[in-house]
Amino acid sequence: MSGGLRRLPGRGIALWQESLRFRVVLGTILGSTMVVVLLLPALLGSISSGVLGAKEASAVAEATAARSEAQRLLDASTDQAADAPASRRIDAVVAAVGARGAQAGLFEVLVLATEPGGLSATPERGTNLVSESSVPGDLREIVAGDQRQAWTYTLIRYTDGRSVPGLVVGAPLSVRGVGPYELYQLFPLAKEQQTLSLVRNSTAVAGMLIILGLAGLAAAVTFTLVKPVQEAARTARELSAGNLEARIPVRGHDDLAQLGMSFNEMAGAMQGQIHEMEQMSRVQKRFVADVSHELRTPMTTVRMAADLLHDKRAGMPPDQARAVELLQNQLDRFEALLADLLETSRQDAGSVDLNYEEVDLRAIVDRVVGALRPLADDSGCRVVVVGSPSLEVTCDAPRVERILANLLSNALEHGQGEPVVIAVDLDESDRAAPHAVVTVADRGVGLGPDELAHVFTRFWRADPSRVRRVGGTGLGLSIALGDARAHGGSLTAEGAPGKGATFTLRLPLLPPGSATGQLPGQGPASGQDAADPPPPDRDVPGPAAAGQVDPVGAGGVRP
Amino acid sequence: MWSVRARVLVVDDDADLAEMLGIVLRSEGMEPLFCYTGPAAVPAFRRESPDLVLLDLMLPGMDGLAVCRSLRAESTVPIVMLTARGDTVDVVAGLQAGADDYIVKPFKPRELVARIEARLRRLEQTATEVLAIGDVTIDVGAHTVTRDGAPIAVTPLEFDLLVALARRPGFAFSREQLLADVWGYQHAGDTRLVNVHVQRLRGKVELDPESPEVILTVRGVGYRAGPP
Repeated sequence: MSGGLRRLPGRGIALWQESLRFRVVLGTILGSTMVVVLLLPALLGSISSGVLGAKEASAVAEATAARSEAQRLLDASTDQAADAPASRRIDAVVAAVGARGAQAGLFEVLVLATEPGGLSATPERGTNLVSESSVPGDLREIVAGDQRQAWTYTLIRYTDGRSVPGLVVGAPLSVRGVGPYELYQLFPLAKEQQTLSLVRNSTAVAGMLIILGLAGLAAAVTFTLVKPVQEAARTARELSAGNLEARIPVRGHDDLAQLGMSFNEMAGAMQGQIHEMEQMSRVQKRFVADVSHELRTPMTTVRMAADLLHDKRAGMPPDQARAVELLQNQLDRFEALLADLLETSRQDAGSVDLNYEEVDLRAIVDRVVGALRPLADDSGCRVVVVGSPSLEVTCDAPRVERILANLLSNALEHGQGEPVVIAVDLDESDRAAPHAVVTVADRGVGLGPDELAHVFTRFWRADPSRVRRVGGTGLGLSIALGDARAHGGSLTAEGAPGKGATFTLRLPLLPPGSATGQLPGQGPASGQDAADPPPPDRDVPGPAAAGQVDPVGAGGVRP
Repeated sequence: MWSVRARVLVVDDDADLAEMLGIVLRSEGMEPLFCYTGPAAVPAFRRESPDLVLLDLMLPGMDGLAVCRSLRAESTVPIVMLTARGDTVDVVAGLQAGADDYIVKPFKPRELVARIEARLRRLEQTATEVLAIGDVTIDVGAHTVTRDGAPIAVTPLEFDLLVALARRPGFAFSREQLLADVWGYQHAGDTRLVNVHVQRLRGKVELDPESPEVILTVRGVGYRAGPP
């Protein structure tokens, strides 16, 4: 409970940040409340002064008249019966003045002696049990002290405990031979009070209604404004999710409709451009396929012719025989270069189709080491494989084999006869996406910072002056990087001059986006048995699988 | 090498390559025949009735796949595809169209000759050998496959595949082993060859190819014949 309460401000802040409507409605409520709070007292003040002003004026006029009458009465009584007791005379005044009040039903009368216990034996007289405490001391000071008429609002109290708001008007009275008295007339303002409280309540209700109305209006206006914005946001999300057909429904011709139309125009332009790019990608892929065919066909003819000559070179004069050998070697090189160029072009076009199968990565490593044994023997490097004895990875086996062959041949070329260590490990630091990690480390010439930056650059040579033993195409590491990335993995290099170089290949154990178990590139046309799919370990090897374990085309390897 | 010179129909639009293929084939003691367009391939085949067809997958006019399907529709002749693209889909499409084997350009003459010889060479055949898988009878000598006396037309390759499986009833063959025994691959081959051809063969010999009884899949290994 308290937790919920504590969370409440947090939720309010979140709403404030997230919802435009919440912000506008809350702002409107705060603003209109402020206006109402500032405006209402002023309004009430002017209404009450309007209502009370008239009453006050009439009361003061009445009081002035009543006082004159009272004074006249007192003066007259003095003349007629000077010996009459002061109390009798006061009573007469109260009766006379009170009669006016009673007649009009408008006021009570109270006569007070200015100096209590002084000359007067009658300190006070009043009508209808009105209490002396009804007259504020301040007023009495003014009336008695300044000897002038004065008035103020007060609470009229009766001795029986009743009280009513009212106006009291006071004036000095002099009773000759007795002393100074004060005449107070108390005008009850119950009716006016009622009117005013009615007005006050009504204005309060009106204020509340204004605030609520404004808030409702703000909500309605923001709704009509925010809805199209939300629609635009939803459409944008759909667009970015790949539904290029998504558009905002446009109604009318107002500003919002214009926003919608502009948005739709933008989406249309984007769709056009994406379409164009797809078209270009298709053209590129088509081009790669065409070049592949157009180059390979003459290549096949030349290759066969050269092979024919090569087989018969024993019967040729030495120069011719050597020429045929050179022709054969350069054809091999040309073929490897062609294959690598086509592969590079395919990677650039993003048209690499991976044929995923579940394989033992360690077995692939062992196979590559076996295939490159002659090269290792040549270079004098011992190759040591450490780490997991078995590691199941779902990948395109021929490509992974090609990556590893590239890394190993590179290590052997630069290893300077020192041992090359290949480590196969499982990295489960990211539980959601475990990776297989293969490092190929040599202890040869190593790589400087400049060289590290260029090691994956196409046709780049670490040391142009060095005699090249392996005779790679210069595309091997670049293709290896492309293959690693196509798998959703990575290939990195590190090292220092003189301390060797280490290449690290990281491959996700499962293909990216394979949560459902459906492997990409395993379409219905992949030559599966329809009735009972063979187990994954026998599944769909790549196109290079047919007897092409010799890594020609692996760029940089030719045993 | 061959008692009768094997006649090989080369269907390729590239005249130089075709001529070179001819030179290589002749040097191996075979007789090459040539055809340079897709539409001409089927008539040339009917006229010459060669022992084997070497078919370029990318032909002008009528593509190699269509030629392959037309040939397979009327003959069981061994077909070896030449393909320039190593693309998965092309190879599988070609095999599904009826090709027995394929070879990717550029290839070495020796590879080509090995593939052709493997397709021309047949399994050892004993004249009296008769095998059975379920109600399917395989007469090795007569080179026929029948179910309840009704003949089933299979290609030589499919026949060899069936015989290889039937000779060792219940033995689970790996795909690699079948590639070596039936296709004649000495090194690693493309196991899709086995998958596609088993699928095609099932279409012919099984009563219900969806629940096979003649050629059974052995999970994690390969295939075996059903009980005799």
